[in-house]
Amino acid sequence: MSRIGVFTCHCGENIGATVDCAKVSEMCQHIPGVVHSVDYKYMCSDPGQRMMQEAIKEHSLDGVVVAACSPRMHEPTFRRAVSNAGVNPYMCEMANLREHCSWVHEKSEATTQKAADLIRVLVEKVKHNTPLFPIKVPVTKTAMVVGGGVAGIQVALDIANGGHKVILVEKSPSIGGHMSQLSETFPTLDCSQCILTPRMVEAAQHPNITLMTYSEVEKVDGFIGNFKVTVRKKARKLDEKLCTGCGLCIQKCPNKKISDEFNEGLGTRTAIYVPFPQAVPNKPVIDTLNCTFYKTGKCKVCEKVCPTNAIRFEQEDELVTLDIGAIVLATGFKLMKTEAFPEYGYGKHKDIIDGMQFERLASASGPTAGVMKRPSDGKEPETVVFIACSGSRDRSKGVPYCSKVCCMYTAKHAMLYKHKVHSGKAYVFYMDIRASGKDYDEFVRRAIEEDDVKYIRGRVSKIYEEDGKLIVKGADTLMGGEQVEIKADMVVLATAVQSNDRSEELAQTLHVSYDTYGFFAEAHPKLRPVETNTGGIFLAGACQAPRDIPESVAQASAAAAKVLGLFSQDQLTREPIVAVVNRQAGPTFSYCVGCFLCQTACPYQAIEQEHITARNGDVIKTIARINPGLCQGCGTCVATCRTKAIDLQGFSNEQLYAEIMTL
Amino acid sequence: MTEKFEPKITAFVCNWCTYAGADLTGTSRIKYQSNVRVLRVPCTGRIDFMLLMKAFQKGTDGVIVSGCHPNDCHYTSGNYHARRRWMVYKDLMDFMGVDTNRVTFSWVSAAEGARWAQLVNEVTDNIRNLGPYAEYKELAVAGIE
Repeated sequence: MSRIGVFTCHCGENIGATVDCAKVSEMCQHIPGVVHSVDYKYMCSDPGQRMMQEAIKEHSLDGVVVAACSPRMHEPTFRRAVSNAGVNPYMCEMANLREHCSWVHEKSEATTQKAADLIRVLVEKVKHNTPLFPIKVPVTKTAMVVGGGVAGIQVALDIANGGHKVILVEKSPSIGGHMSQLSETFPTLDCSQCILTPRMVEAAQHPNITLMTYSEVEKVDGFIGNFKVTVRKKARKLDEKLCTGCGLCIQKCPNKKISDEFNEGLGTRTAIYVPFPQAVPNKPVIDTLNCTFYKTGKCKVCEKVCPTNAIRFEQEDELVTLDIGAIVLATGFKLMKTEAFPEYGYGKHKDIIDGMQFERLASASGPTAGVMKRPSDGKEPETVVFIACSGSRDRSKGVPYCSKVCCMYTAKHAMLYKHKVHSGKAYVFYMDIRASGKDYDEFVRRAIEEDDVKYIRGRVSKIYEEDGKLIVKGADTLMGGEQVEIKADMVVLATAVQSNDRSEELAQTLHVSYDTYGFFAEAHPKLRPVETNTGGIFLAGACQAPRDIPESVAQASAAAAKVLGLFSQDQLTREPIVAVVNRQAGPTFSYCVGCFLCQTACPYQAIEQEHITARNGDVIKTIARINPGLCQGCGTCVATCRTKAIDLQGFSNEQLYAEIMTL
Repeated sequence: MTEKFEPKITAFVCNWCTYAGADLTGTSRIKYQSNVRVLRVPCTGRIDFMLLMKAFQKGTDGVIVSGCHPNDCHYTSGNYHARRRWMVYKDLMDFMGVDTNRVTFSWVSAAEGARWAQLVNEVTDNIRNLGPYAEYKELAVAGIE
């Protein structure tokens, strides 16, 4: 027979005003199993808690029902109090007399009756409660950062400086990301590579950071603190240990006419290449799609000239499995291509370029060495039109959101152009100027006032070619929609920021949620901006939404702080509200018949197969097993199970039926 | 039976949305009828519809099942499972001769305190009009015999 204590709280007037607490307490005395029932003004106060603890000892209580406010409010308080008195905390339940009764009903007999009913239901539940113990899971103190752009580098450095190992995975041959492609950054106009490359080198040389460039995440298993990540190391076709990065192979490679991705197609590269001179690591990669040897079986010039014999044509991709405690996604973004704009010629005009191509044209390390030359004929453009919101905030392009960085970089581009071509004319078509950030609006004003960039508020309807000029037709909405026609030499489209290629695929691999546009979803838009709904996986930078550099870096440091917080514990403590599969003696072993319907229902991939084997190793039965580290305790499997083999601790069938039986 | 009929309503609500929503109703001091008894489960996905049958057997006149709105489930997809299960179960209930009007399936989020009060009042009034659910008990007894 249970020995249950019921403690009814007046909560001052909050409960006491509409519920007759003394009467409720008296009524509860007669519930079978209740040996002690009292009411008190404030149960959560120190004297209230002490009274409860003394009663537990005096009456040797083994279960407690506190009839007070919502369990969402004070359940931890009372469970702790009960635990301090030597009773398992999960033997304490709360009846919600305040939010669900006294505050929502008038003072009446029925309200008091409801209060007593609520307690009665929970007394029955407590009778069927079992002591539960928090689950401890170990933490592997190694983090993986996916994506080696500015956000990824910052996360890696912060975690590494916090004293933990980091593996930085980057899909391209070098870390650096989009920021390494930029010429200058707003609002300071400092050189992007000059501020980024020291960070890249620092990351590469940090004793706690392992770089895995030219690698991609293939598979993720496990759960917070205990992930098993399989990474595909794509074959560079050379021995990285032997290669010194001398660059002789690149000089001698006969295949020099390949479109250069780093220069956004504005330059060319060889088949064996490093993406850019400051690449980290500075080791080349053979592009097997374009290499003459892989196409014809002849050439091997690089192998002949290599002084350290590092070339390995036969090298294959390698799969590496790593134990990881936390994962930070920093996979960045992509820009919409000019091909997506029929009104601007589907990208067939060479002189209509996107923002990133302009960055390469303006960059000192770019294909023109920073001299303003238009792509079609290499002439200096005398008139340049910049079109902001190309694709962004345009439902017909599938991008209703604001890309956030375009207003600022368009102002920067116009300024850079004016600084390089003093006599040139720069026009900017815009919808609104969104320059909210430290020194941002001042920067735009500087472009307009000091550098004489002409801002026209309106959209461009059409661009076509006539006599070697691009005719830009638009409207000036501040002049009453007056038609504007500009004869331009070059047009720069500030195209929309979109989620990176294959980001949805990656989200599915990692079981994190993503929005309609393929950006990864944060756990809470305001209060948990760098966490995902999956424990142990965090977000940084533009993979979550369009972001500029300062925001990406801030978010990266925030994600690193979350990881360091996780790594500060040797073990994670989790609520024992998890599902368990029934086990019993042979020959049945379990009610589970191994249909694994539960596996398809589980949102957390927490259900695995367990083989029950005989002494000789033969499998007798295969049943489900729930990984308590992964299980979040939703109970969907419990309701799905056909043989009632699964039960949820804390909300078991027995407990719920007992509650219903007292209704 | 001169006394006015007061229905017994049982609500199965998820911990994260509707239970929190009902808490908000309290915090906002919105009044509703006191016929409802709330049973807290972690997620609507946890609800085995046999629980509903048991509730009817024990004399409940009406049942509310409420959880997070689609896409807002704390456990990603539990509410979808509940919805799918209910679609199937509703037909079975109908086939067995159980009055499906006695079960109200709804979504109430943690921010919808007023919605919860409205839901409870609607269901209570509706069940009061339908009258006590004696048929099920007769059905259950007949089944046993």
